Amino acid sequence: MKKVLFGLLVVFGFQTNTMAQSKLPAVEVKTMEFESFNTSEISNDGKPIIVNFWATWCSPCKRELNNISDMYEDWVDETGVKLVAISIDDARNMGKVAPYVNGQSWEYDVYIDPNGDLKRAMGVNNVPHTFLLDGKGNIVWQHNSYSEGDEYELFELVKKLSKGESISK
Amino acid sequence: MNSIKLTLLAGISLIGFSAIQAQEVKDILNQGKITGNFQVDAQYYQEDSAIGAVQPNEEFLTNGFLNLIYTNSGFSAGIRYESYQNAMLGFPTGYKGSGIAYRFASFTKDDLSVTVGNFYEQFGNGLVLRAYEERGLGYDNAIDGIRVKYKLFNGIELTGLVGQQRLYFEKGDGIVRAFNANINFNETFESLKDKKTKVIVGGSVVSKFQEDNNPDLILPENVASFAGRTIISRGKVSLNAEYAFKYNDPSLDNGYNYKNGEAAFIQASYSQKGLGVSLAAKRVDNFSFRSDRDASQQDLFINYQPALTKQHTYNLLATLYPYATQPNGEMAVQGDVIYTFAKGSLLGGKYGTGVQLNASFAYDINRDSINPLEDDSRNLYTSNYFETGQRLFRDMNIQISKKLSKDWKMKLTYANILFNQEVVQGKADVPMVSAHVGVAEATYKFNMRNSIRMEGQVLLTEQDQGNWATGILEYSYSPHWFVAVIDQFNYDNPKGAEEHYYNVSAGYNNQGNRITLAYGRQRAGIFCVGGVCREVPAANGLYLSITSSF
Repeated sequence: MKKVLFGLLVVFGFQTNTMAQSKLPAVEVKTMEFESFNTSEISNDGKPIIVNFWATWCSPCKRELNNISDMYEDWVDETGVKLVAISIDDARNMGKVAPYVNGQSWEYDVYIDPNGDLKRAMGVNNVPHTFLLDGKGNIVWQHNSYSEGDEYELFELVKKLSKGESISK
Repeated sequence: MNSIKLTLLAGISLIGFSAIQAQEVKDILNQGKITGNFQVDAQYYQEDSAIGAVQPNEEFLTNGFLNLIYTNSGFSAGIRYESYQNAMLGFPTGYKGSGIAYRFASFTKDDLSVTVGNFYEQFGNGLVLRAYEERGLGYDNAIDGIRVKYKLFNGIELTGLVGQQRLYFEKGDGIVRAFNANINFNETFESLKDKKTKVIVGGSVVSKFQEDNNPDLILPENVASFAGRTIISRGKVSLNAEYAFKYNDPSLDNGYNYKNGEAAFIQASYSQKGLGVSLAAKRVDNFSFRSDRDASQQDLFINYQPALTKQHTYNLLATLYPYATQPNGEMAVQGDVIYTFAKGSLLGGKYGTGVQLNASFAYDINRDSINPLEDDSRNLYTSNYFETGQRLFRDMNIQISKKLSKDWKMKLTYANILFNQEVVQGKADVPMVSAHVGVAEATYKFNMRNSIRMEGQVLLTEQDQGNWATGILEYSYSPHWFVAVIDQFNYDNPKGAEEHYYNVSAGYNNQGNRITLAYGRQRAGIFCVGGVCREVPAANGLYLSITSSF
């Protein structure tokens, strides 16, 4: 019995040390054409991925994504990064997501999470909330809120990841 | 000797065996992940007779919750602990005390996915079913029961569920039974796979059961509703339409009207690079749908009916006269145009110019009363489908955004609003509010890390509380710090004195953690400061909020 307990302790002790890093959960969301899409299909060929939660009614979110949009081409050229924008707009506004995204000429992959399923699975309290995934799909960094200039820190981290460097503190 | 060897061998192989097992167990456990989030809001309240704010007996109120979700390949389970000591002002008073208010387990095996316990769900646009949460407002109508989802072939998704809905720390009386099917034709039929036109069709049946315990009326114990919807898209154009019908559902909401209910919603959009257009219309007649016919306020709604109006974020626009959807009857239309004048064009200038136009109109439905002496159907009225009743709301607004230089950005907004206080807010003998709202917002970047954002807002009206002005200054030091000062000023108020609503706040965030401290008066609504938007109730005093995602 003691051995079993010891074994369990070892197992759990081991577990806490090497527990898998979080990856994107597999959740059904919608494309901008309202087709079902499973987030497990999000990938970027071993390059980093930015996952950003936003909404059409959230001005800091739009500021952030518009600011990044100005530089996005350069970011992609330099690091191969992909930005996946998850709109948490519900039935009230989800029909406005595509017109807004195209109206702003965003080049992001945009999905809609109208009932907050992905938001809940990823523990997001408020928008904007940004996650950064390394080339293996591990969530290695996150940030809640947006202030002018936050995009520079984000891009520094993306550059490190694209070179295969670790960004953990 | 032999027996010793044998014992040793057995011992070694046992160790080996258990080592393998331990390794397997380790492997399985190592795939497991725990994620979650936490939030606590606390407020110390001050007496403030000038704005009619009272100090609650507790003086200090706190809301908090913690979500924990364990995921391991196809399996996941989670709980949410919630605590209200006592619920903050503006929150539904039904929240009292602490407990596990949400727990679930689910697994996915091939095409089958099963959830037991609490879950959230939405069918289509939510006209007949939407269980969801809005923690900042204390809204949560999660279903407690069983849900099964099955992918029949490519593109066909079936969902069935049964359960009771959450009512604070209890459950509502009624049982909800619901079924939904969605077919994505382009995925299901090989021949349509590469067609440009995409078609998705869906249908739902939602029924509730509640015992008839009324001595005077014969109430339907089972109430069924149906919805059919389609989404058609082709390149730049898309159409989303849904129609829902509900059998007689006499309730507190509709004055025990036995009339059948119906709701229709249609939205069309066109978008290309630099241009987005969206048009939407809806008609709702007697479509409040709750799992308890005697429920009121925000309790136990089975369905969701969004307001067909712009969700503003500037605080005077968002918090003073926001339209709320009228489930008993409403006809509304809304249009949006988003256009970006390209960089280098005459109106675009060096950086481009963005223009957003939005207009929305909402009316009551037409109603002709039925004389109960001539008709024993207990239907209270008939309604002409295409005729409108009184005006409930109108909003016409324009927003222009412009980057002036590398460091300066500007946004100008004008809105003209008509707001029916009697119907939307339930006030008696008050006039329609007619308001002009103007907002100017500017952001200046000192350098890569330091920036300041300024907002000036004015709302002019001769009705209700008179004019308002708001000034906001927000300084941020990216990526961790912000400080903000807000003053809302109510002047020319026919009913009271001129009043300032000042508020000072500061915040720090790092990785998924965020701490905000604020002092002052605050209005209810969507509150955006320091880069975050959250729906908050009205408050006054010292406020602390901590959020964390992990």
